[in-house]
Amino acid sequence: MSEVVHTDHHDEHDHGPEKGLLRWLYTTNHKDIGTLYLWFSFLMLFIGGALALVIRTELFQPGLQFIEPAFFNQMTTNHGLIMVFGAIMPAFVGLANWLIPMQVGAPDMALPRMNNLSFWILPFAFGMMISTFFMDGGGPNFGWTFYAPLSTTYGPPSTTYFIFAVHLMGASSIMGSINIIATILNMRAPGMTLMKMPLFVWTWLITAFLLIAVMPVLAGAVTMMLFDIHFGTSFFNAAGGGDPVMFQHIFWFFGHPEVYIMILPAFGIVSHILPAFARKPLFGYTSMVWAVASIAVLSFVVWAHHMFTVGMPLFGQAFFMGATMVIAIPTGVKVFNWIATMWRGSMTFETPMLFAVAFVILFTMGGFSGLMLAIVPADYQYHDTYFVVAHFHYVLVPGALFSIIAAVYFWFPKWTGKMYNESLGKLHFWLSFIGVNITFFPQHFSGLAGMPRRIPDYALQFADFNMISSVGAFIFGFSQLFFLYVLINGIRSGKAADGLSWEGAKGLEWTLPSPAPYHSFTQPPKVS
Amino acid sequence: MASAAGPDQSVYYVPAQGWYPVWLAFGFMLLVTGFASVLNMQKTGGSADWTQSLIGFAIVAFVFFRWFAKVIQENAEGYNNAQLKKSYVWGMGWFIFSEVMFFAAFFGALFYVRMWVVPWLGGEGSKGIVGDYLYPEFEATWPVVSNPNPEIFENPGQSMAPPTLGSAWLTYLPFMNTVILLSSSVTVHMAHMAINTQERGKLAGWLGFTVLLGIIFLGLQVFEYYEAYAHMGLTLSSGIYGSTFFILTGFHGFHVTMGTVILLIQFFRVLKGHFKEHDCFGFESASWYWHFVDVVWVGLFIFVYVL
Repeated sequence: MSEVVHTDHHDEHDHGPEKGLLRWLYTTNHKDIGTLYLWFSFLMLFIGGALALVIRTELFQPGLQFIEPAFFNQMTTNHGLIMVFGAIMPAFVGLANWLIPMQVGAPDMALPRMNNLSFWILPFAFGMMISTFFMDGGGPNFGWTFYAPLSTTYGPPSTTYFIFAVHLMGASSIMGSINIIATILNMRAPGMTLMKMPLFVWTWLITAFLLIAVMPVLAGAVTMMLFDIHFGTSFFNAAGGGDPVMFQHIFWFFGHPEVYIMILPAFGIVSHILPAFARKPLFGYTSMVWAVASIAVLSFVVWAHHMFTVGMPLFGQAFFMGATMVIAIPTGVKVFNWIATMWRGSMTFETPMLFAVAFVILFTMGGFSGLMLAIVPADYQYHDTYFVVAHFHYVLVPGALFSIIAAVYFWFPKWTGKMYNESLGKLHFWLSFIGVNITFFPQHFSGLAGMPRRIPDYALQFADFNMISSVGAFIFGFSQLFFLYVLINGIRSGKAADGLSWEGAKGLEWTLPSPAPYHSFTQPPKVS
Repeated sequence: MASAAGPDQSVYYVPAQGWYPVWLAFGFMLLVTGFASVLNMQKTGGSADWTQSLIGFAIVAFVFFRWFAKVIQENAEGYNNAQLKKSYVWGMGWFIFSEVMFFAAFFGALFYVRMWVVPWLGGEGSKGIVGDYLYPEFEATWPVVSNPNPEIFENPGQSMAPPTLGSAWLTYLPFMNTVILLSSSVTVHMAHMAINTQERGKLAGWLGFTVLLGIIFLGLQVFEYYEAYAHMGLTLSSGIYGSTFFILTGFHGFHVTMGTVILLIQFFRVLKGHFKEHDCFGFESASWYWHFVDVVWVGLFIFVYVL
């Protein structure tokens, strides 16, 4: 082969990134791709949030004020889909991209070009999904769980585009996860044994396994939908010997591990931040690893607790109730370990710590309402009410989202070389903390009193709780715009940050200067 | 080839930026949105326009070709150190695992239908009351040759069930295909052994024979589908038996097609002199994929055809 061919790629470690838009389109750098993921997920957070505010505006008062019920259905559906697949998951993948190579002492992700592909599929997939709003018959309107036959027999024509968008998102997630697993298993610095890995790396290793195991099942589910809609099959139609309930089983076989996909990396993040600001090592590292692993295993055998009222055999209900409750044990191990980490620590409460402590408290509340929902006879009352909405928003918003925000504040100096403004950060925390509780806490009460979810109108006795909830939603939503301001303010005019930006922070990423160099560990560091 | 010193083997090679991934993503998007519009047009009786899909497919194919060519070239120039090669191995392994789970969804559907849905619709068990109420005429049998509502889903004329044990099995097409595919797993392994000893003639021969077996398998599958549609009245829309039969065998056939194309590409690479004794990842991953589709077929043969 000629020398000419050889020269076009031999000095990529010598220079920084290209300038301009092409840098972002063509990049193979884990930090660039992490940045793309994070900004993309932030954009999706605002789009999904705007849909949520449309919902809360309509629900501010009983009766139909602003939007048609058919449009309301599209709002709830796309709010859920965009937040789950567009905001929370890509944000965690963005954090994984930024942090995992630095935390294991690797030069980059294991398969850098595929890493770029995993990201760039997402804007196309979400472009497809959002474009369905403008098609004849409107966008998906069957809830984010897209149960058959709502999504097959009665779905709008745009469902076909929705199905392919889900296929693309799945492909993106699977490739991203393969990359993460290959990086963790193959590219750790010499001396970093599995049980010396930082917990964020551990939780992502297990999350990536869950993703590779269940995203294909989701792909199978939407493929069967596609065939039912266009090729005359009867998977989810009893007239041909199929069963709509089978859709629910397949969906939730994906869906429940998916729930943990959105919380396990959060566990990892909090396990970094609490020790840093309590100035104590994490309590019970080994038990933390085993707890995450057992939660992941259990996540495959609890799916039917989402469908207790569907009419499954008694044995099924009993099994899934028991298996679900068992998950409280490893989760309890984690919560107690976090508390023990803080116990008698020299604690300070900078913004990341505030979000992390709020995570521990509010996630635990979401976990407890989950235990209530796991009880079959009680679930008959709670099912499909606002109690369920309150439950999963407590684990997703002050759970997953708070941990992401905490991570952004915590690693912000490492990424940008600048420090955000601490007073503004604290203000952002208190606005978010108050907003989120005003929004979701009253929904427990309206749910227990019987208010159904996904309905644009409600009986008069729920009016007060809904009004409070809507006010909270606007506080919370606009305080995330304030978050955007805090970040931009930090990037533009923040004070320069040290390599070790927090005195209590531990880990390989803090041995690098801030901002971290474009190529961090071209030669692996030694880990003792 | 690479300059005398060659790239530093202690450095994990991070490729420079490139245009392949974003164009591949764009091609995928064109392909699937074009296909979605074709499907929607056909459903409403309009005329289907395949142009966009085909452009998308062309982009995908072109980028794949260039991307793989680049990876092969980098390897030939010595950029891929031992650690990077291990990343490829992990990558392929987990990709195959994801494919296993994709098939698991369809096998799971088949299992659930046979274990619960059909008996309940036939009035058996704790949930049978619904079936009795909705479809009192329906009787639970497998294969389901008489659907709960034959006016919506036309009954299949007959199923793919095997003949009773005996010499008739030798002409039972799925059994023949099982023999063919299992043999092809052996032949691809023989090709692999020939790489290890660098017997190039044997390598090309065994690999070419494997590709041929793959093509024969696919030909027989096409024939079986033709028989099903033309003479047996078994179609995608003939109820749950046809649905599960065609989706499982169809996706398997799609994977065999992919595997055959991949092996064919490896065959051409062999003719160009590629693959050294301990440096043949392209071939190895293709053969792992081939063994995987083979194992899936064994599952299909047992659960879709025989039981």
